[in-house]
Parts: sequence; C-alpha cells; structure tokens
Amino acid sequence: MEKVVFERTKGLTDIPMRYCPGCGHGVVHRLVAECFMELGVQEKTIGIGPVGCSVFADEYFNVDMIQGAHGRGPAIATGIKRCLPDRLVFSYQGDGDLASIGAAEMLHSAMRSENITIIFINNAIYGMTGGQMAPTTLLGMKSTTSPSGRTVAANGYPIRVCELLSAMEGPIYLERVSVDKPAAVVKAKKAIKRAFEYQLEGRGFTLVEILSQCPTDWHMTPLQAIEKIRKDLIPYYPLGIYREPQDDKRAKPKKVAVEKES
Amino acid sequence: MPKIDVDTIRCKGCELCIPACPKKVIGLSKTFSATGYYPAMMVNPEDCNGCRLCAFVCPDVSITVYK
Repeated sequence: MEKVVFERTKGLTDIPMRYCPGCGHGVVHRLVAECFMELGVQEKTIGIGPVGCSVFADEYFNVDMIQGAHGRGPAIATGIKRCLPDRLVFSYQGDGDLASIGAAEMLHSAMRSENITIIFINNAIYGMTGGQMAPTTLLGMKSTTSPSGRTVAANGYPIRVCELLSAMEGPIYLERVSVDKPAAVVKAKKAIKRAFEYQLEGRGFTLVEILSQCPTDWHMTPLQAIEKIRKDLIPYYPLGIYREPQDDKRAKPKKVAVEKES
Repeated sequence: MPKIDVDTIRCKGCELCIPACPKKVIGLSKTFSATGYYPAMMVNPEDCNGCRLCAFVCPDVSITVYK
C-alpha cells in the first residue's frame, strides 16, 4: 500500500511558477506556504508581494495578498497589522526591493518593532530587470552595471542586512539561512516557522534572510549557482541567528565572557 | 515500494534534485515535456527509499513522494 509522504502543499495554488529553472524563489514559496498551513492560520494570513521576480507571488500563494509599491512592503504590512492585529502578516521581498529602495521602510519598521515578518530573499543581484548590481552584490562580482566587477572605490561595500538590523534594539528575531542543499532547506523552514510563531505571540519584528541562487543572471547552470552560494555568498554573509528572544526555550543561552584569573 | 512522481508540466529540468538524491535515483528524461524542458525522472527506480530530499530542493514543487 503506497502512502504519500510528500506532496504539494495546499498553501500554494495550482498555477505552475514562472520562475527560471533552478530559481530559489520556488523553494522559499513552498516553505512559507507549508509554515502557515502547519500553523493552521491560512485563513488569517495576509502576504505582501514585492516588485521584483516574485511580483506574481499573489498568484502562487493561496492566501490574501497585496502587491506593494517598490520597497514599501514593510509600510503596507505595518498598516495591515495595526488595523487587523490578529492576522499573520508577512512581507516577501528581494534584495533590490528591501535593501535598496526599501531600506528606509525596513529600518523604521524594525526600529518601531512592528509585529510583522519579513521574508528577505538575498540573491545578490537584481533579477527581474536583467542582472543589474544590487546593494548586496559581492565585491568583484560582475553584473550588467558593473561589467568589470564591483569595486569599493566606485560602488562601496555590500550591505549585510542581518548585521545592520542586529545593531538596533527593535528586532526580535533575525536569522540568515540558505537553500543550497536539503539540510539547509529544512533549517530555513524552521527559521520561517519560528518567525511566524513569534509574530503570532505578538513579540515584534522578525526577519529571515534567505541566500538564494539566480542561475540566469549569474550566467551559470543551477548546479554551478548553488556551488557559488557555498563558495562566495556564505563566507561574506555568514549563516546563523543574529537576534532571538532570550526568554524563549528554543534560544541558545548567550555566552557570558568569563574573565581569566590572573 | 517507494517512488517519486514528477509533474512534467511543472518540472523545468533544473537538475537540482539529481545531486540531492543520496541513492542516485534521478536523471533527466531523454524526451522533452509539453513545456519544452527535459524533466526529471527515475532512472534507477529500485534504489529509491522515499527519503524526500529531492522534493525538499525542488524549486517548482513538482515532486510527489510515495512510500
């Protein structure tokens, strides 16, 4: 007797996704959908789609969605959450949307510790518009607007969003994960679920950053692209938890520096 | 018997499931699908143990796993 051990979640619609072959967005869509289905809050979930490759996210998620103006996801999420505090509100954003034009909205919603969750896809490039340099593009990485590689003199340093936000007191939970291998995908799902749980508990601002591949604009095959995540992206954007509530039993206790006896 | 079922309308032949499979069960089809890609299929069906790792990494959520 055959038993189904894995099937497409009901949190996603039946429409086939129009992302490029091997794009990480599909995996993250599935993880987000599985998380709100497992928490049993599908009827109460409201998502905000970004401008970028995932601009059609409203077609794929089987929940109420709003498509926001470029970078304004956290501002829209703030409005929804303040009017309907019992809903699960998430803003799904890419790196061009969140870290560039939406940087002010991200910083100020984090500073106010709005009770929302941001799912931040970091693929180090502007995907939809054709591979231009994003604020998160690595030094030396080629893009259509940095054809000989990003340099510090001309373009500055890439932004590390989790480290930036961890300097503020507002955020409750910040974690960076990746989707380059099955184990990493399982970890990513745990992080998203935890962020949603904190939001439902009413704790405050949560953000999960997901390192994802963009085979098309990196000009690679999908397999080379996940190799690039391991080789180039993870060393610059270290994975891990950057902020977590210390009164939660899942939190690791903070290491206390012990002074050596002299 | 454990097996996977690939939805050939959704699969875009990105090959991410191939290295994810610890038993080397998956390969690409020799014929292309209705959408014009070479979809994933089981080339070594007797070794599948239903571990779901291929489904975890599939970006198009096209794999159903039976055990």
